[in-house]
Amino acid sequence: MTTEQTRKLIVLAAIWAALIFAPYWMVPLGGYTALATRVLVLGLAAMSLNFLLGFTGVLSFGHAAYFGLGAYGAGLTLKFLAASTPLALLLGMLLGGVCGGLLGTLIVRRRGVYFAMVTIAFGQVFYYIAFQWSSLTGGDDGLRGFSRQPLDLGLFKIDILSSANYFYFFVLFCFALAVGAMGFILRSPFGRTMIAIRENERRSRFLGIPVERHIWIAFTLSCFFMGLAGALYALVNNFADPKGLHYSQSGDFVMMAVMGGMRSFWGPLLGATVFVVLQDYLSSVTVNWMSFVGLLFVLVVLFFPRGLLGFLQRSKA
Amino acid sequence: MSIIRCPMTLLLLFNITNGLIVGAFYVLMALGLSLILNLSNTINFAHGGFLVIGGYIAYAITPYIGFWGALLIAPPLTAVIGLVVERVLIRPLYGRDPLYSLLLTFGLAFIIEDGTRFIFGPQGKPVTIPPFLAQPLSNDFFFITGYRLFMVAVVMIAVALLFVLLRYTRLGIRIRAGTLDLETVAALGINVQLLRSLNFAVGIFLAGLSGVLAAGQLGLEPTMGTGLLMPSFIAIIVGGIGSLPGTLLGGLLIGVASGLTAVFLPAASEAVIYVMMAVVLLMRPRGLLGEEGMMS
Repeated sequence: MTTEQTRKLIVLAAIWAALIFAPYWMVPLGGYTALATRVLVLGLAAMSLNFLLGFTGVLSFGHAAYFGLGAYGAGLTLKFLAASTPLALLLGMLLGGVCGGLLGTLIVRRRGVYFAMVTIAFGQVFYYIAFQWSSLTGGDDGLRGFSRQPLDLGLFKIDILSSANYFYFFVLFCFALAVGAMGFILRSPFGRTMIAIRENERRSRFLGIPVERHIWIAFTLSCFFMGLAGALYALVNNFADPKGLHYSQSGDFVMMAVMGGMRSFWGPLLGATVFVVLQDYLSSVTVNWMSFVGLLFVLVVLFFPRGLLGFLQRSKA
Repeated sequence: MSIIRCPMTLLLLFNITNGLIVGAFYVLMALGLSLILNLSNTINFAHGGFLVIGGYIAYAITPYIGFWGALLIAPPLTAVIGLVVERVLIRPLYGRDPLYSLLLTFGLAFIIEDGTRFIFGPQGKPVTIPPFLAQPLSNDFFFITGYRLFMVAVVMIAVALLFVLLRYTRLGIRIRAGTLDLETVAALGINVQLLRSLNFAVGIFLAGLSGVLAAGQLGLEPTMGTGLLMPSFIAIIVGGIGSLPGTLLGGLLIGVASGLTAVFLPAASEAVIYVMMAVVLLMRPRGLLGEEGMMS
């Protein structure tokens, strides 16, 4: 084993150890378990977006739509269909992924800013549906009246509803599955092809790679992961918010990915951690937190365009 | 005259008029966005913010120099603010991935919205318009006030001047050339940085102008720009990216379409513009008047 590989293994072990023991070290530091759960869920969302943004290199600025669809899918399942948490997660993920896949066919031919514009505009469609169809979705007030259900594993039940720690571990389990799948895809020949498209689209095309189809697959996969994150988010709050579908939420996700470091796999999780903790803190101390978040956007873009991880790696080299 | 007095006809006319007026706002916003997008490859998320700045400048100076003075002064002042923003914040990002200018203007929109709320308060502010403009022109058509006609006239003049500028002046010809091939324009010895700054200022001028006009009609709120941003995007996509006449057509089309939908199915009046966008992208991916290859 080379030193490089050893180093990677140590970092990976450290990340997972920090995540597994988060409920035990966050509370003494002044945080709370629900905050850790939120970081994890939004981190998963940012990583799902970065799967497309950082590794395929196409700029989606409407990914909140699929996040929100996941949330509404899970919420509606629990409210009207069946009181089953796994089913809610599955259907939420499917709703986000299938809608993403369908719209993806209209989107994949665009590039650069035009891709961004069309994704924003299509994302807003779902916002308006959630906003207007109040008999089903609760409209502006959001979808209420459902709650996550205890997990029934046959032999025993896990009460994720009242125990914040159990719920955190359940979310961590889902997070690990999704992140594992993402890592597996990125290591596969398909993942390598995605990176090739990012680096040089024209050359990939000349090599005979069906670029549009690959981008579509990457887009759809990323929407599935996004839907899962959204479904988990609905379980965190027992509530689905139309704002979760809005393009300003997409902006937050892109910001998390950029702030953490788009070129690295774990960067968006770091970005989400900083973003969520900062927002939580700011909104508790000032009513003008929007200005500060805006200022954060401007400063990161101007001074840390490679994100925190990019900055660390560079200053070390 | 009986057919004109029939309630259904009146309702239709009312909504078409509304649609055209709203469409005129979309057009002003979208033309500015489109100019900046074409030449600088930047989606200006803060465009709605500049509209708000224009409106609040008008609100602040109307007591001293009146509505007409504000109409003349506020848009150029907004353009100057736009110039400073472009020079300091956006210019460093031109060489980079468009992602960065997008994120920056996105953050800027937050700051502007929150800043105006901080300075002027969250409540709506009225801007007084000259009394003779506020009167309805006829009893039958109560909805056609002098101010609404005036607004449409101002928008038409502004659009006409913009097209004259682009067609016949040196600056305009350079802007159009830069849209097609910026590298060649630079190689011909034209200062591309300056060109982009002036182009940005023209776009922001239009946003400031729509801010003043909107202030007289709707009153001012810190969030008013955000609501106009998405329809302007769609106007650009429907009309065809890269084509300013397309943007003009797109803005009017979606304005009238949402006005008409408001008659028959009020809940869908916002959704219909998204449906139009989806249909256009399916049938004619480059947009109504867009050129082949411009969207990719």
